Amino acid sequence: MAHGPAKGIRRWLFATNHKDIGTMYLWFSFTMFLLGGFFAMVVRAELFEPGMQIVRPEFFNQMTTMHGLIMVFGAIMPVFVGLANWMIPMMIGAPDMALPRMNNLSFWILPFGFTLLASTLFMEGGAPNFGWTFYAPLSTTYAPPTVNFFIFGIHIIGASSIMGSINIIATILNLRAPGMTLMKMPLFAWTWLITAFLLIAVMPVLAGAVTMMLMDINFGTSFFDAAGGGDPVLFQHIFWFFGHPEVYIIIIPAFGVISAIIPTFSRKPLFGYSSMVYATAAIAFLSFIVWAHHMFTVGMPIAGELYFMYATLLIAVPTGVKVFNWVSTMFRGAITFETPMLFAIAFVVLFTLGGFTGVMLAIAPADIQYHDSYFVVAHFHYVMVAGALFSSTAAVYYWLPKWCGRMYNETMGKVHFWVSFIGFNITFFPQHFLGLAGMPRRYADYSLQFADWNMVSSIGAFIYGASQLLFLYNVIATIVAGRKVSDPKIWEGAEGLEWTLPTPAPYHTFSTPPAVK
Amino acid sequence: MVSRAKRLVRGGICALALAPLMHALAAAPAAENSGGWGLLNMPEGVTSVSREIHDIHMVVFWICVWIGVLVFGVMFYSMFAHRKSRGHKPATFHESTTVELVWTIIPALILIVMAFPATRTLKELYDTSEADLDIKVTGYQWKWRYDYLGTDVGYMSELATTQASVYGQAPKTQFYLEEVTEPVVIPVGKKVRFLITGADVIHSWWVPELGVKRDAIPGFVNETWALAKEPGIYRGRCAELCGKDHAFMPIVVNAVPEEEFNTWLAAKQADAAALRELTEKTFTLEELMAKGDEVYGRSCASCHGASGEGIPGAFPALKGSAIAQGPVADHLDIVVNGKPGTAMQAFGAQLSEVDLAAVITYERNAWGNKTEDNIVQPADVFQFKQER
Repeated sequence: MAHGPAKGIRRWLFATNHKDIGTMYLWFSFTMFLLGGFFAMVVRAELFEPGMQIVRPEFFNQMTTMHGLIMVFGAIMPVFVGLANWMIPMMIGAPDMALPRMNNLSFWILPFGFTLLASTLFMEGGAPNFGWTFYAPLSTTYAPPTVNFFIFGIHIIGASSIMGSINIIATILNLRAPGMTLMKMPLFAWTWLITAFLLIAVMPVLAGAVTMMLMDINFGTSFFDAAGGGDPVLFQHIFWFFGHPEVYIIIIPAFGVISAIIPTFSRKPLFGYSSMVYATAAIAFLSFIVWAHHMFTVGMPIAGELYFMYATLLIAVPTGVKVFNWVSTMFRGAITFETPMLFAIAFVVLFTLGGFTGVMLAIAPADIQYHDSYFVVAHFHYVMVAGALFSSTAAVYYWLPKWCGRMYNETMGKVHFWVSFIGFNITFFPQHFLGLAGMPRRYADYSLQFADWNMVSSIGAFIYGASQLLFLYNVIATIVAGRKVSDPKIWEGAEGLEWTLPTPAPYHTFSTPPAVK
Repeated sequence: MVSRAKRLVRGGICALALAPLMHALAAAPAAENSGGWGLLNMPEGVTSVSREIHDIHMVVFWICVWIGVLVFGVMFYSMFAHRKSRGHKPATFHESTTVELVWTIIPALILIVMAFPATRTLKELYDTSEADLDIKVTGYQWKWRYDYLGTDVGYMSELATTQASVYGQAPKTQFYLEEVTEPVVIPVGKKVRFLITGADVIHSWWVPELGVKRDAIPGFVNETWALAKEPGIYRGRCAELCGKDHAFMPIVVNAVPEEEFNTWLAAKQADAAALRELTEKTFTLEELMAKGDEVYGRSCASCHGASGEGIPGAFPALKGSAIAQGPVADHLDIVVNGKPGTAMQAFGAQLSEVDLAAVITYERNAWGNKTEDNIVQPADVFQFKQER
């Protein structure tokens, strides 16, 4: 039974091993992260001072659009699928994912989807330029001809996500080791189970939206064209019915990662495990019934505004429970501050700040002033970057020694953390000020009163961007020449099945199910 | 609760890294056009709605600060006191239904407290009844049109900052990207209802100091209102991504005393009558070219380029184009009626007959373009519009 991986390129092309596929997902998402990050650098360089210096406005719009699409669909979503592939079988005592060949397919269509999307940059008319939210009719009647590539790219990416989700659900529901009841699973498995259901529910909605666009553009329908009896606002309702659960799809697996790391380095069990599960499920449910809070300025009837305001405010309750539970886990523990823990603590603080601005944005009358301003940009980067990205970075530092049997350089990890943390806050904290003072988002140029804080924000972005190269170097240096470790339990306070396996984790694990007390 | 939170922060819990920043934010002056570093907070504005929004914003902000101080306080205390390096031994507790209930119920109550003033303000914001004046606002790529309903007064309001200034060939003046060819004028102390719509894509009409932001959506007419309490010039921007020049279609509102407003409106009515007379006049080529150059720079150059070169793949060149050098009727058709399904707008309703005649004449003669019928008169445009 114990055979190793195939030789050469066949190992990756025909991969069915969850660890190999997880590794490919992680490298793919990091590549996309660097690409999307490069686009962000172009955006921030142009915004360094008033006036157009580096790019033209139409290219600027392509950069903001591609930055958003690549980061959401190419970097953040795949990184958590990669972590799920690596860790879920090892956490629940399964030999592999339940559907290994579909696992291969769901990864290997991704590079094609993103090649379709990114190739538009080199085509006549340029890449999609209508924002990652692609509101009609800017994305239909007024779109560049390359919009069709974007539509098929989204279809492929969506198919990949749905297959990945089916695989995760099938694995968790069928392949748990005897004795591993649902309420004994690590929270990372729980958060992914819930996320996978969200994905299956909303990715088809996104596919429907882009298909309607395709029909409007090429086949003479008028779903979103008012001149033909259609409704541009309908697009926004459909988009956000996908889009709001989507942001929870991004952040819920991050909750799982943080719930693994904080107990380890606090040397104390996670506080309120069952309430964490219920809170996650509550957040997932609420995510379906709050979508129009992204649309407080479209002119909904007041009853709609009030309903969506109240429903949105409710999300603060289960989210608060999670934060309180993490803080209580740290309380009276025996805390150490290795790199994963630093990123996890930063996650709790910065995600909570993003949550506070989320509550402010939920207040419908106040949102009249915040909506589509840099305040919103600051808000969602606090939850996306400091939330999703910091947690996935923490996860890589946390599990990398287990994966490759080598320890990363702790000093370099800490430097990476502090430069990231400071760079991130220099970038995004001033954006709160810019938005409140009246600067709209997606502006290629701005009036003079916004110059100072924009320059600060750009400097921060360059610092944050550069620090990710340090991360790349540290990971490669660890894999190639890191200090060898062999203790199954890398971290003193770590609990769970993955830490009972040898280090580095063998190619096949749990071929016979472990005993779970 | 608000003042208590302020006292807490000012009282020295500022040890928190973020508290001093937040403190600065609260102490910041209302937004003026003067400062960069000092612009930290939302302007209070000059309408009752904008002031109520500002108050709710501050209440919710301070509640958040207060909760942050508590939660992060406990967390930072643990990080200091419960470190392994200080020899702290970990406790083993891991659940308590009581505290879970407490921290579910208390935040829920705080949210209910926030929802009351928010509901009240929202109701006021939605009450567009009994307005003294109706102004229709139409968003175009990339300019605004204001029509004073019930009068003949209607005009486009476009960016007045030059391309040279944007591209660094000319200095940037105080109101860079915040100046327009003609502001929308409203009377102080009167309830003005804005009927907002879009002509092409979705735009959003945002004037922070009036507490107004409403999307301009093609096929919809949205209503909102403002009652400016103080005269002044209030600058705003398009808030919804609307294509290439999203950042270059500012809004300027000039709120003036009622008498001044009436004088202004009467003068605009007289202008409209005078323009109708001009339509009958015959212009020379030089006059049309001079006027056409100006109209082209304002309405056409952002897509078709300052020298008619266009943007390859997106907007066609006019230099050497078949339409600009072909029959007049085709040229009139595309400029007056636009080209459906593309970004080429119908300028028939946006520009006067004089402007249309001038810009078409300009395009037929500029950049080396040559054609037999090289002069189009306002009367020709009028005739063309009548025939359609």
